[in-house]
Amino acid sequence: MLVLSLVLAACSQTAKPPTSSVSPSVAGGEKPAPGGTLTFIVNAEPPSYDGHRETTFALLHPIAPHYSLLYKFDPNDLTKVTPDLAAEMPQASADKLTITVKLRQDVKFHDGTALTSEDVKATYDKIIFPPTGVLSPRAGAYAVVSAVNAPEKYTIEFKLKYPSASFQTNLASPWNFIYSAAKLKGDIKFYEKNVMGTGPFSYDGNTKGQDWKGKKNADYFGKDKDGAKLPYLDAYKALIITDSNAGVTAIRSKQAMIEFRGFTPQQRDDLSRALPNDLAIQENPWICVNYVVPNTQKKPFDDPRVRRALSLAVDRWVGGEALSKTTIVKDVGGLMRPKGPFAQSDTELVKIAGFGKDGKANKDAAKALLAAAGVPNLSFKFLNRNISTPYEPVAVYLINEWKQVGITATHDVKETSPYQADLRAGNFEVALDFNCDFLDEPDLQLAKFWSASKAGKGLNFAYYDDTKLDGMIDAQSRETDPAKRIQLVGAIEKYAMDEMAYQYPVLWWYRIIPYLNTVRGWKIGSNHYTNQDLATVWLAKK
Amino acid sequence: MSGTGSALDSAREAEDVIKRRYLESAGRRRFMRFWRDFVRQRPLGTAGAVLIVIMLLAAAFADIVAPYDPTAINFADLLLPPAPDHLLGTDNFGRDVFSRVLFGSRTALAVGFTASLVGCTLGLVLGVLGAYVGGRTDQIIQRLMDVLLSFPLIVIAIAVVAALGTGEDKLANVIAAITVPIVPRVARVVRSSALSVVQMPYIEATRSVGAGAVRIMFRHVAPNVFAPYLIMLTAFLGQAILLEASLSFLGLGVFEPTPSWGLMLRGAGMQFLERAPWLAIAPGVAISMAVFGFNLFGDSLRDALDPRLRTG
Amino acid sequence: MRRYIFGRLLLMIPTLVGVAILTFVIMRAVPGDIVALRYAGSNVPQEIIDQERHLLGLDKPLWVQFTDWMGSISRLDLGQSLWTGNSVVDEVQVRMPLSIELAVLATLFAVVLAIPLGVIAAVKQDTWVDYAIRVFSIGGLAMPSFWIGIMMVLITLTLWGWAPPVVFTPLFEDPVANLAGLILPAIAVGYRYSAVSMRMTRSTVLEVLREDYVRTARAKGLRETLVVVRHALRNALLPVVTVVSLEFAFLIGGLVVTEQVFNLNGIGKLLVDAVAHRDYTLVQALVLLLAAVFVLVNFIVDMVYVVLDPRIRYS
Repeated sequence: MLVLSLVLAACSQTAKPPTSSVSPSVAGGEKPAPGGTLTFIVNAEPPSYDGHRETTFALLHPIAPHYSLLYKFDPNDLTKVTPDLAAEMPQASADKLTITVKLRQDVKFHDGTALTSEDVKATYDKIIFPPTGVLSPRAGAYAVVSAVNAPEKYTIEFKLKYPSASFQTNLASPWNFIYSAAKLKGDIKFYEKNVMGTGPFSYDGNTKGQDWKGKKNADYFGKDKDGAKLPYLDAYKALIITDSNAGVTAIRSKQAMIEFRGFTPQQRDDLSRALPNDLAIQENPWICVNYVVPNTQKKPFDDPRVRRALSLAVDRWVGGEALSKTTIVKDVGGLMRPKGPFAQSDTELVKIAGFGKDGKANKDAAKALLAAAGVPNLSFKFLNRNISTPYEPVAVYLINEWKQVGITATHDVKETSPYQADLRAGNFEVALDFNCDFLDEPDLQLAKFWSASKAGKGLNFAYYDDTKLDGMIDAQSRETDPAKRIQLVGAIEKYAMDEMAYQYPVLWWYRIIPYLNTVRGWKIGSNHYTNQDLATVWLAKK
Repeated sequence: MSGTGSALDSAREAEDVIKRRYLESAGRRRFMRFWRDFVRQRPLGTAGAVLIVIMLLAAAFADIVAPYDPTAINFADLLLPPAPDHLLGTDNFGRDVFSRVLFGSRTALAVGFTASLVGCTLGLVLGVLGAYVGGRTDQIIQRLMDVLLSFPLIVIAIAVVAALGTGEDKLANVIAAITVPIVPRVARVVRSSALSVVQMPYIEATRSVGAGAVRIMFRHVAPNVFAPYLIMLTAFLGQAILLEASLSFLGLGVFEPTPSWGLMLRGAGMQFLERAPWLAIAPGVAISMAVFGFNLFGDSLRDALDPRLRTG
Repeated sequence: MRRYIFGRLLLMIPTLVGVAILTFVIMRAVPGDIVALRYAGSNVPQEIIDQERHLLGLDKPLWVQFTDWMGSISRLDLGQSLWTGNSVVDEVQVRMPLSIELAVLATLFAVVLAIPLGVIAAVKQDTWVDYAIRVFSIGGLAMPSFWIGIMMVLITLTLWGWAPPVVFTPLFEDPVANLAGLILPAIAVGYRYSAVSMRMTRSTVLEVLREDYVRTARAKGLRETLVVVRHALRNALLPVVTVVSLEFAFLIGGLVVTEQVFNLNGIGKLLVDAVAHRDYTLVQALVLLLAAVFVLVNFIVDMVYVVLDPRIRYS
């Protein structure tokens, strides 16, 4: 067997190196063909079926096609929000405290009942004001809402406590499936174990731990720009495959066409070598990032000099270049996604400690800081979770960088559950944290930076309290002029990552989707949460 | 007893010493003869022994033999194929695979020896204790062993690892996770062998002379069940190394940057299987050869020590 | 005899109670909890975590949780998975057919491989045939099973562009698709387990060949094959049956790594996921179930011994 695999390797090495160029998903002028079944991979099974309740993408991929949202991200331009169940974009009152949304009047649930504003109100009431015993983990994102009203049959109204820059885009949250008021009235937990929406596909059964099936909803309200009825597909089938090697095998043997979260560069190259004529690849910077989080409650990490030294020691530019060859991290960035709408320019970024391009100077500065702080031979335990991609390579890289300035970091790897428990209990010295969001939005990406004993409770694992920073985060959230907001966010980055060096990103993730090129009409975005209703996806005939 | 005459005691002790010396020297001669026969009659076992010796040497002299620091990252040399510079190539961090394999033998031996030694010895103690004392103690031990035996191995492993944590300084926990399942298996076999020893007349005779229970168990019963103990020790040595690889595969074993065969095979080995097969072949061969060696040796040892012994 | 059987059955109870207690204690002692995991990596405030813990009853005192569990077990109610909210019986029902079928296939493969090889090795003791067979079978023990599995998939993929189906098809729905999915894992597991049975067969046959009645048969001038098959093998097989059936009990729920590699939706994967999720009720139920299977198989093996081996008598 060993010999055989050597031979295989020899063969594959002579093959042409794969091109990692991004292939366009929608070839210009091609007319979508209806029909067919899309099979795709999901690497976990959702605990319940209720999007309001869960936080894993593993729920969105198989279940999102059953539902509609008020607004969604435009499948053709994923930076733009477009109406879904809404008939038009929301209207704000003059004082910006009332947001009015007009609904489509031609929408039916899969059970045949018509959708009205009562359904939307019941849905948002459940999300924003959950009754006792009902869990809504994202209720906090709507703290600005004081009431949801349904003044007319097809009109919905959100009353706000103060003007908010992010509220309107939050109406496009991929988790906010619109449910039936009647079903919720019968049993508010109905949707934990049942599926009944207005989306392009209706539920067609599932096998626990194995697959999830949806079939075309003939009554779906959506139409494409030529007026043809959506969805194009007859059906879809999500296969639950936890092991990533098995996932690659499934695509390679054409048992699955696509996986919507992402593969490593290596897996992409293996696939394109094995399927040179059948593979398309899309890549994009991802709104996911690992943070180095020093626990400011533990000595010597209460000293900003030590925290800055930890950041300075890491040469992110060299690391990004090297790690992007083998794992899913790539771009150097601050608190907002590099190349995203709120990102700073590189010229600004390099001024922040640890983001400069002179690695040697940075390391010398780090050594000086450690010496000044009285801990030239700092050693600590570095808490990490036992997920190999990309946590393991990122940690190995960090440990090696720190070693070069005299820091001994011991890799303390735990299963996700005890890892989370340690984070939440403050039971660590320095941790590798992570964050993923569905939107480039400072309110989301800065949520971890609120004071730990106030708004950041359960989110801020660096455990500092800083009213000045709270004030800065609050101010940017109320700023509705985009240009000014970017400036405010830049100031926050300078303060939180450099001056105080509370916690800081390592490298931003990079999303790579290799898939069978028969799949058309799906475009990669900056996250793996949105754009999953599959209404516009179609299969090319070969 | 100590007050009744130290002269008598010391005379007895002297006699004991003489007797032991004689037995030992005879033992040494018998020992040499045993190995001469072993090498001559059992080529497979000898091959196994050679593999084990190679592994021991690799572990002992890893510092000297290894051309590179096994944890030194070098981004300029990512995924290089085997060449004179890097005999077994480099991995996804540019680390030298040959050096990592050499140092990995330390991890493997530490896991293998400690887990099987501690596991088998605990099993030996419990087995002998149960067989000798009998009655309620035996019943309780047996039920406890039944509980451990019927307990899914993976739950024990995950529980120990999760409760105590893993990481580069936590090798002991991985070892503990592998040790626990060994105990009941050994205890069972030892108990059944010990039962027949306990019923022998000379044990009764020793007891009647007034020897203490502990003394009888460890001076007289235990040495007689030493053969199955030794055989299981070598068999579990190999299995412990394999189990560490399986735990690593599930993300519960040794962690980066510690050089470990299981980790190398699971992590980079599986991920870069096609692009850089040397990453999987080197640790894979190392594991297989080590386990192979211990098994071949153990098998032949069993045949040599006791051809009628049945241990699965 | 009847008293013996009854006594043996009674002895299962303390074992199972011990397993129950141990599982309960171990799971609570292991750090991390299901709620923190459910919301891992998302900005979920502490209140939500506390609320959910309350909903799942995880904030009750441990002894209350334990007595509740024991109470429902005594009513033969295994409870609901904390993770999915489905009944444990439902979760197990979906996976059991696959795990049993894989265990049967792997055992069949192991036996078919092990017994002839073991007999040949014994008859040709200490010749190159014996050595080759032993090296082959120890090879099965020496290679990590996930390595064998991944290699097999890689080889079929590269040579024929074929990989086993990633979705399990029940045997009675489509036997071909069913076997296509299980054949590689069955070989990977079976090869490994054949090593144990092969060695057992070899040593018991060796032992029997030295017995007087075999010598007598030989002395009567019977053909060697006849001696081996008719006399030696029949008597040598009993311990082999023991080993094989105990392995079988281990195989259900024990094929964690293999199920992972081949993406098989079996009991082993369910168990590992349940432990990783800290899904207390599901882990407790599964461990108890697997222990019961193991204890029962043990019991049956002992009974078979009593019936088949005339030398063993219980009063």
